[in-house]
Amino acid sequence: MQRLVYLKNVVTLTLKEDKCNGCGMCLKVCPHEVFGMSGHKAFIIDKDYCMECGACALNCPQDAILVRAGVGCAAALIQGALTGTEPACGCSSRKASCS
Amino acid sequence: MKEKFVTGVSVTAAGAVPVVATRLDPRDYVGILRARLGIRRDSYRIEPGLYAVGSPDERSEILVTSNYKLTFDTVRANIGGLDVWLLVLDTGGINVWCAAGKGTFGTEELVRRIQLASLDKLVKHRRLILPQLGASGVAAHLVKRRSGFTVLYGPVRASDIRAFIGARYRADSLMRRVRFGFADRVKLIPVDFVSGARYVFGAAALFFIAAGISREGFSIQHALESFFPSAVNVLAAYCAGIVVTPMALPYIPVRSFASKGILAGLALTVGLLPFHTLGGTAISVIAWFLFIPGLASFVAMNFTGSSTYTSLSGVKKEMRIALPVQLAFAGIAFILIIADRLF
Repeated sequence: MQRLVYLKNVVTLTLKEDKCNGCGMCLKVCPHEVFGMSGHKAFIIDKDYCMECGACALNCPQDAILVRAGVGCAAALIQGALTGTEPACGCSSRKASCS
Repeated sequence: MKEKFVTGVSVTAAGAVPVVATRLDPRDYVGILRARLGIRRDSYRIEPGLYAVGSPDERSEILVTSNYKLTFDTVRANIGGLDVWLLVLDTGGINVWCAAGKGTFGTEELVRRIQLASLDKLVKHRRLILPQLGASGVAAHLVKRRSGFTVLYGPVRASDIRAFIGARYRADSLMRRVRFGFADRVKLIPVDFVSGARYVFGAAALFFIAAGISREGFSIQHALESFFPSAVNVLAAYCAGIVVTPMALPYIPVRSFASKGILAGLALTVGLLPFHTLGGTAISVIAWFLFIPGLASFVAMNFTGSSTYTSLSGVKKEMRIALPVQLAFAGIAFILIIADRLF
């Protein structure tokens, strides 16, 4: 299957393999198959697939994953900059992004 | 409960639970169409809480979803024939993925709904099946600790729920991957087109004023007579960003959305050449060759929010470079157009 990949070397995802207990939760929650499993340890297949949704870090019971999660949405960033707030998906207003 | 999709009531140890239809009726399809066009999409929601599908009992699965009606309809239309419970979280009428990003489809709300619905009395098991995309708002291990229920992340798409349950809660890698195929992208175009229309009106207003300017000063009459080509160009720029870029997304051979928009805008500008809407002078043609790709680039950049694979870090990076370029293109173009009319 064709895979869409965004910009190279920008993503903030890191995995501390020494903390990993091999539960495999990150493999289950990742929507872009960023993680693989090798000998009861998770590893990152390709960081450039990551969209920083934060699901892996939130669901890692060992806190072995760090990522600065957020919405990859230009409209939200502009809105955030204009209003001086954190960029947030404006789906509750009329923003188109989130259908 | 007066909702049309409720067909009856199931009396349980946890109270009366409305039973919902798994076949959508014409009204639901009208609702889907309206939501896809962005018409009153904000209030397209249902009452959160527990629902029944088929004739579930104390051994039946519990599926969790959001109270955006489009999401709720997608789920129930895909589980006809199953006997399951449906726990609907209050996400303010937002779909699961976006709500999870905001945290409203989250650990807190899930634990609260588990208690409100008395799930511990409803079923003998302690399993919940969540849509995988809810995972960016829910911490499964914390839900377990606080409610005793084990969260199983199901497939991304509702159409795979049946296969997921059938395979004893196993999702293959295709079920776990978010896609962004041609149909997925095209579905988003109408809502984006409607909600971004302010850019078209803003740009069109500027060029309407420009069209009225001549060496004799400003005249509305003159603006009305010569505005049409500019309007076509602005609309073309908008379509390059909001229709062509999403459709051609994987085939435009650059990664940043702003660059994809520039290329789509350039292509459409070239396409406009035979129609003589770019003006009769070299300056005017150059101006439109800046403006159309510039606006297309800005509009395409905003499609990052609709896409399913862009990261916050990446969008920040491309915006830092692209925003000044887009503003410069538009600004220079506008000055050239005015100058062309005056000199």
